[in-house]
Amino acid sequence: MPVVLAAADLDALVQALAGRGYRVLGPVARDGAIVIDDVRRAADLPIGLEDVQGPGRYRLERREHGAFFAFTVGPHSWKQTFHVPVERLFQIRRHKEGFSVIPDEAPRQRIALLGARACEIHAIAIQDRILIHGEHPDPRYAARRSDVFVVAVNCMRAGGTCFCASMGTGPRAERGFDLALTELVEPGDHRFLVEIGSDDGAAVAAELPVRPANPEEIGAAASVSERTAAAMGRRLDTSGLKERLQKNLEHPRWDDVATRCLACGNCTMVCPTCFCTEFEDTTDLAGETAERTKRWESCFTLGFSHVHGGSVRSSIKARYRQWLTHKLAGWHDQFGTSGCVGCGRCITWCPVGIDITEEAAAVGLPEKDG
Amino acid sequence: MPTRKKRPKLAVFKFASCDGCQLSLLDCEDELLLLADAVRIASFAEASSRVLRGPYDISLVEGSITTPHDAERIREVRAQSRVLVTIGACATSGGVQALRNFRDVKEFARVVYARPEYIDTLATSTPIADHVKVDYELRGCPIDKRQLLAVLSALLSGRTPSIASHSVCMQCKLRGNVCVMVAHGTPCLGPVTHAGCGALCPTYHRGCYGCFGPAETTNTGGLEWALVAAGASQEDIARTYATFNTAAPPFRRAQEEQLVQIRLKEGRRG
Repeated sequence: MPVVLAAADLDALVQALAGRGYRVLGPVARDGAIVIDDVRRAADLPIGLEDVQGPGRYRLERREHGAFFAFTVGPHSWKQTFHVPVERLFQIRRHKEGFSVIPDEAPRQRIALLGARACEIHAIAIQDRILIHGEHPDPRYAARRSDVFVVAVNCMRAGGTCFCASMGTGPRAERGFDLALTELVEPGDHRFLVEIGSDDGAAVAAELPVRPANPEEIGAAASVSERTAAAMGRRLDTSGLKERLQKNLEHPRWDDVATRCLACGNCTMVCPTCFCTEFEDTTDLAGETAERTKRWESCFTLGFSHVHGGSVRSSIKARYRQWLTHKLAGWHDQFGTSGCVGCGRCITWCPVGIDITEEAAAVGLPEKDG
Repeated sequence: MPTRKKRPKLAVFKFASCDGCQLSLLDCEDELLLLADAVRIASFAEASSRVLRGPYDISLVEGSITTPHDAERIREVRAQSRVLVTIGACATSGGVQALRNFRDVKEFARVVYARPEYIDTLATSTPIADHVKVDYELRGCPIDKRQLLAVLSALLSGRTPSIASHSVCMQCKLRGNVCVMVAHGTPCLGPVTHAGCGALCPTYHRGCYGCFGPAETTNTGGLEWALVAAGASQEDIARTYATFNTAAPPFRRAQEEQLVQIRLKEGRRG
């Protein structure tokens, strides 16, 4: 049964998690955006801030409602927490008898995600499928994912570039959480409906000053998600999308988008499911130590498709087409899921506001209409 | 396992430049002694007046070619160098002094010098690679000392240096920066600029001004939309590209496109 936590008591949740040894990560306002960082107390959260998002545009605005979670997703995602941007894998040290390989220890820490949205929980599940259960498991990713407590937040607003409703990934978190909060903001009555998704979640909830929810509160929370679903900034028609895209690899729309695309790689960096990496080997000046580093790579770089003789995808057109068709079509063949969760980050954080929903729809149309 | 025995000879050569890039070598404070152990510094006027004779294993070349004498001298440097690495915007694109390429140098000389007939200069400032074969290029005004050390370490180990040529945006996102263009409306050349600085300016909430020159792929026409949305005029955009890498072909084309549009607009008004 869901319970109710007064907004004034939200800090009890943060402290309960910290008390259990979790490093609590959540939304924090910094540099004009909501980013993910350490949350030490509920007051660290971006209280009263809303994000206004559109293609290539993001602004924060202050509201009087005092809500803790009135914004949607920002430039960061939990990808950076588990599939970290840059990490050293091992060092090699030379000595008299030869050399030793010293692997960097697999990271071990308890992490609590405070405020994961439904689309993000889907994105984490997709990365788990690839990086833990896929053909080439990443033990360091798996170690980071091994002790995670998820506090989901059901979005009370849809962002201008959101389209989770049409991807079937939100706005309500159905599973994959320990606790799920729906924030109910009414004059003089600011509270959270708390759903319990696991035994760990129940144990944490038992430490909080909560009371059982009444049917009105359960209904109010449901209508928050319904209103959000109805207010999506974008939509993507997924019916037959994979076939439509794979049939239209020579569609003139690819030439059109190539005149706008900068091949800068921002969309892949902010995408919560894009997982490609590059490995770099470096040595020190003395030639005594070498090390291997892994970092995020993007299919928009020339190096990504570099083979003997040069890059396979030398044109921007080829790179954009690869990204979009892989994300929305090829992933189904390769991983049994779409690579898109409808979070809209690639639309907002594209410097020139290229909209994946528009491009996919245009490519999927017959040429004369495209 | 045997360690390296013979220390390679490193030389630093200067052409038309401000010395800032070669000073990056002296700026490697923590690594300087290690470097001095790893190589014999055969020629480096900023550090020592002692010059060892060539040939050199690694030559770092700073500056652009602006005089007939330098056009000859770079050939001699090339002939004496096993590996030649150009460092900085002057050496790799002609530098800010390449602004002359699009104006009348004789007129400049007349205005600036009391006796212009003493000035023996070329009409253009050109990158080293226009004159001789270059093995590796390090971009930037100035170069990034970590990249310099990475290239030297790689060459000393007989490895190909790994220098990313993608956009500054990738480095910005790897650092977790908030995009200054999308979130603040600050014009930024990051999407068309070569990585290497570690996204220094955007990290301090300023737009990238392209000191590392064009990235491997540039769509300056596409970026115009975002720069205009951020409040830049066509004159601003043309000027933005007319700095340290003004003569780098993608940046030069971007200036020309803006100048053509400005002239068309003026024509219509006139």
